[in-house]
Amino acid sequence: MSAIAFPVPDKSILARRDTIIAGLAPLVAPEALITSADERRPYETDALTAYRRLPMAVVLPSTTQEVAAVLKFCGEQGVPVVPRGAGTSLCGGAIPQEDAVVIGVSKMNRILEIDYANRVARVQAGVTNLAVTGEVSAEGFFYAPDPSSQLACSIGGNIGMNSGGAHCLKYGVTTNNVLGVTLVMLDGSIVEIGGSHLDAPGLDILGLIVGSEGQLGIVTEATVRILRSAEGARPVLFGFPTSEQAGAAVAAIIGAGIIPVAMEFMDRPAIEICEAFAHAGYPMDVEALLIIEVEGSDIEMDAQLARIVAIAREHGVKTVKESQSAMESAAIWKGRKSAFGATGRIADYICMDGTIPTGQLPYVLRRMDEIVKGYGLRVANVFHAGDGNLHPLILYNCNDPIEAQKAEDAGMDILKLCVEVGGCLTGEHGVGIEKRDLMSFQFNPEDLNQQMRVRAVFDQSWLMNPAKVFPLEGRIAA
Amino acid sequence: MTLHIPATEAQACAIVKSVVASGTPLSIIGGNTRAGLGRPTQTQSTLSSAGLTGITLYEPSEMVIGARPGTPLAEVQKTLADRGQMLPFEPMDHRALHGSEGEPTIGAVAAGNISGPRRINAGAARDSLIGIRLVNGRGEAIKSGGRVMKNVTGLDLVKLVAGSHGTLGFLTEVIFRVLPVPERIVTLVWRGLSDEAAIALLSAALGSPFEPMAAAHLPEGMGTEQARTLLRLENFSDSIDYRSRELITLLAAHGAPAMIEGEASAELWLDVRDARFFAGTDEAVWRLSLAPTDGPKATAAIAAQVPAARWFYDWGGGLVWLAVPAGEDAAAGAVRAAVKPLGGHATLVRAPAAIRASVPVFEPLPEPLMRVTAGIKTSFDAAGIFEPGRMYAGI
Repeated sequence: MSAIAFPVPDKSILARRDTIIAGLAPLVAPEALITSADERRPYETDALTAYRRLPMAVVLPSTTQEVAAVLKFCGEQGVPVVPRGAGTSLCGGAIPQEDAVVIGVSKMNRILEIDYANRVARVQAGVTNLAVTGEVSAEGFFYAPDPSSQLACSIGGNIGMNSGGAHCLKYGVTTNNVLGVTLVMLDGSIVEIGGSHLDAPGLDILGLIVGSEGQLGIVTEATVRILRSAEGARPVLFGFPTSEQAGAAVAAIIGAGIIPVAMEFMDRPAIEICEAFAHAGYPMDVEALLIIEVEGSDIEMDAQLARIVAIAREHGVKTVKESQSAMESAAIWKGRKSAFGATGRIADYICMDGTIPTGQLPYVLRRMDEIVKGYGLRVANVFHAGDGNLHPLILYNCNDPIEAQKAEDAGMDILKLCVEVGGCLTGEHGVGIEKRDLMSFQFNPEDLNQQMRVRAVFDQSWLMNPAKVFPLEGRIAA
Repeated sequence: MTLHIPATEAQACAIVKSVVASGTPLSIIGGNTRAGLGRPTQTQSTLSSAGLTGITLYEPSEMVIGARPGTPLAEVQKTLADRGQMLPFEPMDHRALHGSEGEPTIGAVAAGNISGPRRINAGAARDSLIGIRLVNGRGEAIKSGGRVMKNVTGLDLVKLVAGSHGTLGFLTEVIFRVLPVPERIVTLVWRGLSDEAAIALLSAALGSPFEPMAAAHLPEGMGTEQARTLLRLENFSDSIDYRSRELITLLAAHGAPAMIEGEASAELWLDVRDARFFAGTDEAVWRLSLAPTDGPKATAAIAAQVPAARWFYDWGGGLVWLAVPAGEDAAAGAVRAAVKPLGGHATLVRAPAAIRASVPVFEPLPEPLMRVTAGIKTSFDAAGIFEPGRMYAGI
């Protein structure tokens, strides 16, 4: 695939490669500066593997001060910088360019402090999402945002992309669960934003940093909220004869004042793919499956489930299957969370991430099917039903360049559809390079210019993760 | 003083353009109930949201409501209540504290990031605000966010505008996510605890699986002679029975609480939300934001310097409402010296204009952040016409 353009590498920077590497060398430990082509190769892409560019060098600092020294040097030298967490971005947020230095935070992977009385943890940016929960689970606590890649993805990357997950219907996304960050700016200044308290002293700069896709600076440490886990959690499978009925049941559950901790939707192709992989006991004779999770004591879960089951029955549910054990619960979630990986076993796929008003669900599902079929391709749908965040997986063969192009085109058509019905291009994966050129479909020039003027407060020279988020045409620097 | 009351967003854009051309700064006004918040400003004209009213969008099954900025907060709340829903963050009403009149507006709730006791669990106004339309200092109508609750498309300007107190632009539409009203609400009240014991109780409760939705401590003299420590539970009725029982057992070392609900519970939380214990006095009022367990440390340090200080705690101890004799400087030195070493910050919420002009109302920021703040202001409002100096002198 080659539809997404990269900026032409700056020859004057490439020509200075040796000087730049020599300038970086004294700033970090010898093993933290990666220059050989073989060793740079793992950093040439992220989870948007169709695109790759070999960076000029990779730096893996161990401290905030080292990040500051490297950023200051790159800023002074006019060298583009691509921040990298764990490299699991689905939108190409961490894909480098030939004239850029990658600054990876993977070595900064320590949990610094846990404060149960104030319900916060201070962690370095390279700590994985799941490691935070792992560290506090013995005390009965957890870190709420739970992207499907949580085993691998880093807190730094989560902050960059404002990552979500299956349980954010109740607990919110990253921006609702981060209280403070240490941010290194392009000029090497280190700023502490927020802390263990709940609100900002002035403008909410923390809220701006979260989700800024590495364009405003590099986050090296974060203070995150940890929450006490519920006494128990139980996912239940609801199989429906049609997607419309499943969608109506979701609306009715919310309408009844019930906010389950998660409501996940899968259509028939997704059910088949995930069941073959995870053997989770998903019903195979339905068109739509809802995984609804409730929390609390056994008595509370029984009561809440009784309410939900009654509503589901009013909407023609065909199968209701409660998890009977922790193992069954784990299998149910394994199936859902490995949807992308399981799909990858049967075909190449593009995973989209638009959000729609949930009332538009039946229309959008029908239109998506038409769009993808129009290109002669197949689609499997998994999504967060409570909040309308869709993840259509468009299946194709990446060895067929024509089919690959069709898949990308179908994906773009679907995202435009999401915007047309009142939604947005991306609910939790970020814009990256993938959706960059669609930004002008969702935003008009005044909207984008305002964002770019704010961006310029941090980086006037377009050096921070420069090929991302904003269309390459029409950029402004102040 | 000119008063502009645009009836449409396009008119608001035209007014801003003309004001920029004449180079005269502008105040922004909603219901005028929070005029005493922030530094006093010198402006020649006022831009009012009074002509921009009405609900623009309400989809109960999608849990989203949108409104023009001048819509009374009460109208938004009534519209939601009719369908069994509510704003998640329990916005404070400043009228009691500031002795102001008028109708609080939904636009000001967004512009001031106005939250209440539920913030500890359900997030602040900024967490529920999912979309805005705003006229910037170029007279352009821009949008950020939208009507869906999961949206990471582009820079999150919504967060920047929430709590910017009108310094970045004039809101023309705000969209919030909403939540169902709980079936039942009860408050557990422990009596006679010291500040330290009370905050320990609240921390234990907030670290339990029983999800208190609000957690406050009222030391002796705040409404009653005996200190009161409050936990509010909101849930289905059967869950309330179960969870209150469990909490009472968990916290048995602190004594047995009384349980109140209905009007008595609601009124008590209005006292907390609106800081009504400080209504009608001539004290200066501060709002301290801290890690919850640092709350009593800050108040002890301040009391040592300012014996007449009075306070109570919300957000499990993380929000301290503090009243001190207004004096010359609202005891700013003692207050900020107590808060700063703890990593928190202090905002002067109520004081005579002369004090708010001389004492920084918002916590002074370290240099790089002040530079960023000034840059963000310029990026929205290069001519410096919106509420200049409202948050920081010269910005």
